[in-house]
Amino acid sequence: MELEAKIPKGPLPEKWDRHRFELKLVNPANKRKFDIIVVGTGLAGGSASAALAELGYNVKTFCIQDSPRRAHSIAAQGGINAAKNYTNEGDSIWRLFYDTVKGGDFRAREANVYRLAQISNAIIDHCTAQGVPFAREYGGLLANRSFGGAQVARTFYARGQTGQQLLLGAYSAMMRQVAAGRVRMFPRREMLDLVVVDGRARGIVVRSLLTGEMETHLGHAVVLATGGYGNVYFLSTNAMSSNVTAAFRCYKRGAFFANPCFTQIHPTCIPVHGTYQSKLTLMSESLRNDGRVWVPLQAGDRRRPGDIPESERDYYLERRYPSFGNLVPRDVASRAAKAMCDAGKGVGETGLAVYLDFKDAIARDGRAVIEKKYGNLFQMYEKITGEDPYETPMMIYPAVHYTMGGLWVDYNLMSTVDGLFVLGEANFSDHGANRLGASALMQGLADGYFIIPYTIGGYLATASLESLSETHPAVQEAKAASVQRIHALLSVNGRRTVDDFHRELGRIMWDYCGMSRNNSGLEKARERIRILRGEFWENVKVPEGNETLNQSLERAGRVADFLEFAELMIIDALARQESCGGHFNEAYQTPDNEALRDDAQFCHVAAWEYQGDDREPAFHKEPLVFENVALAQRSYK
Amino acid sequence: MKKSISLTLKVWRQAGSTEKGSFETYAVKDISTDMSFLEMLDVLNEDLTREGKPPIAFDHDCREGICGMCGAVVNGRPHGPEKGTTLCQLHMRHFSDNDELVIEPWRSRAFPVVKDLVVDRSPLERIIIAGGYISVNTGSAPEANSLPVPQEAAEKAMDAAACIGCGACVAACPNGSAMLFTSAKISHLALLPQGRPEAARRAIGMVQEMDRLGFGNCSNITECQVECPKEVSISNIARLNREFMKAWLAADEK
Ligand SMILES: Cc1cc2nc3c(=O)[nH]c(=O)nc-3n(C[C@H](O)[C@H](O)[C@H](O)COP(=O)(O)OP(=O)(O)OC[C@H]3O[C@@H](n4cnc5c(N)ncnc54)[C@H](O)[C@@H]3O)c2cc1C
Ligand code: FES
Repeated sequence: MELEAKIPKGPLPEKWDRHRFELKLVNPANKRKFDIIVVGTGLAGGSASAALAELGYNVKTFCIQDSPRRAHSIAAQGGINAAKNYTNEGDSIWRLFYDTVKGGDFRAREANVYRLAQISNAIIDHCTAQGVPFAREYGGLLANRSFGGAQVARTFYARGQTGQQLLLGAYSAMMRQVAAGRVRMFPRREMLDLVVVDGRARGIVVRSLLTGEMETHLGHAVVLATGGYGNVYFLSTNAMSSNVTAAFRCYKRGAFFANPCFTQIHPTCIPVHGTYQSKLTLMSESLRNDGRVWVPLQAGDRRRPGDIPESERDYYLERRYPSFGNLVPRDVASRAAKAMCDAGKGVGETGLAVYLDFKDAIARDGRAVIEKKYGNLFQMYEKITGEDPYETPMMIYPAVHYTMGGLWVDYNLMSTVDGLFVLGEANFSDHGANRLGASALMQGLADGYFIIPYTIGGYLATASLESLSETHPAVQEAKAASVQRIHALLSVNGRRTVDDFHRELGRIMWDYCGMSRNNSGLEKARERIRILRGEFWENVKVPEGNETLNQSLERAGRVADFLEFAELMIIDALARQESCGGHFNEAYQTPDNEALRDDAQFCHVAAWEYQGDDREPAFHKEPLVFENVALAQRSYK
Repeated sequence: MKKSISLTLKVWRQAGSTEKGSFETYAVKDISTDMSFLEMLDVLNEDLTREGKPPIAFDHDCREGICGMCGAVVNGRPHGPEKGTTLCQLHMRHFSDNDELVIEPWRSRAFPVVKDLVVDRSPLERIIIAGGYISVNTGSAPEANSLPVPQEAAEKAMDAAACIGCGACVAACPNGSAMLFTSAKISHLALLPQGRPEAARRAIGMVQEMDRLGFGNCSNITECQVECPKEVSISNIARLNREFMKAWLAADEK
């Protein structure tokens, strides 16, 4: 199958305009005849539901949580980028575009990223109008701060709760449409399969998490906005219910999975401290505006941080990257922290941590200023660790945070299954091999508020979609397969708990497919995943039955999919014999240990097609063409 | 301080909304004081699962104190004894060896128990549907800086908007009132110029819906503010009352 990205012709700045003009429109009176299924209520799904309903479509929206307001996006802390140039530092759409393409280590599509930068400003306008309480200057205008990978301050924020406030904005817009009768909300539902009829996505199978009932919901198009798959590593900064199930089930129905090995390990998280640990907590990247990262100069120095004099500290990011300093992109900062710890300079009980120190910032600006900017983050740190970061430096270590890989989509955000659109973290589109801070919120909202409303119209206006009933064999088959799968999970009746399997899988992935990878480790991981998967289906213990709220059963289904999906990540990592962004293969590095790309062979998107459980997935390539930026070795020096 | 503790837990077990519930007693041992409260429940659930007993159902997702999904009453206090803390952010270092903890779901007429510690909080959503938004269609917004908002107003709006919708305020209130929740949303939007055009309609709509849903009245007991994990202030309730009175007096139709 030929991968057609459908990038519009013409100069980069005109592509989106031209495309919107060329897309067919659905007559306003006809919109209400179309039923659209939206799965997910994070920034991407929430904004899409609201925007589509405002246009008059009938929208049915699904989420796992008891309320759409609790989607994982709620936890985003630091901020959202836009090219407003309010700070007069010379920002522009072009600069945001350029920074994002470069930050992604030249593995994203130019046209998509440019469109994202173009839309960024309208997002800030819209969210402000919705009542999102962004931080403001004394004069009443919007404030900005800096994030990694940029030399201008273009990040808008609402204290350390930007995701919460943006999501509540999208949620309230959606609730307004619920009141208007144009959105019907289905919480506590988990999508377990996609219904494909005549090659087109026409519905979903969901399990009611309260009653176990398997439901089918049909429509004219399906919009998937189910977030990222970072929880394949067990420990991550993602919410506990974040999963790959919905995306993976679509993969099995014909949607290609792009760049699954591109995962982001975030440099500033609270270090792991015990085997019982259930998740990791992010300390927002915004802290690197004022915090300075350091380790002791001498390996094995066990003195308390306050007892180590300035001359015996290594502010290694400032030393190695003088022009970006503490604000280098995430992949670079994470690898640098790992290198320090590998060299024995790590601090804390486990030696797997570095300091993030606010002493100088507090001396310069005063405690009150720092408290206003980061108060809730400092408080969260203190709650978790029992230490006061105003007094002693924070200890941080990298943790799994975000997944750049996702279902492959064309410029319209449509997957390789017609009528299946994929938005937000669930698609692969804009961040290449490394996402810059504050650009996931931007992308989720761009996709939902300002792209899907047009591109879905282009599809619906031209597709001929016959009416469909629940009794159609394809609908019945998908439903029966999901029922069967639940039954299979409940019938194993083994001795090991779901979490036990999940923890072991996470360990394998972190050790062999984490911050640093090599071919023999990846091969070993693949073998171990297969063995673990075999054991899972023979020895997992899922208590209770289907007809009740059964949280172990929910997790079992997700872990079963992670056990299959993990292998796809490994296959992808092995196929990409270069280093780029977050994918670091030890065999490919520069003399300074930076990621060394191989543009001659790997300047492409790797898209994988499911071929059956016992067959290798088929590899498809979408070449990436750079017409507007020159491919260069990334330098943050 | 001891690095690990043992506890006796009395946990409310209820198989479903129509079943009768009761307390069950469990002994948990060697709980690291670095664990969160939910991780302690995870440990117990792993043990129960291995023993072939049903694990305790409890809601949670972010485990960072922001999604509002978690919550239980611990020794009579919603989200436990620590001020300004959700259950997921409550760490075991705040408990002592051999403590006895009674753990129950939110108790309120408006929140039926779904299972064990899980309750149905959908009535809070109904209150938002009744007006907790600014009616602006995508695409129609003016340039963001065309409307300056005094920093102080933005900060106060943010204080109110910090509500995570967990329902602890309702659980804390002897009357089962949802006034703190409702007032937080009304205040957030009323404090911003963008929210003023609909302020009156919003206040009436949300307050009437709250009453209709069977939440109790507010009689200024202020327990809600004490237990709110985000420390949302009852000054928002005073603002709600002002907004409601203003709206009510001015409304033509009642
Ligand atoms: C701690 C943290 C902080 C972050 N901070 C920032 C930041 O400051 N700036 C930034 O730009 N980005 C940040 N990010 C990244 C950003 O928050 C996410 O990438 C983004 O919010 C994802 O949004 P989404 O809408 O794609 O998916 P999500 O918000 O993950 O939503 C997924 C939705 O899909 C539903 N769902 C999932 N699976 C199923 C299923 N099988 N069936 C039914 N429903 C399902 C869920 O219920 C949920 O409603 C942060 C991430 C984390 C973890
Ligand atoms: S789990 Fe999200 S607030 Fe506790």
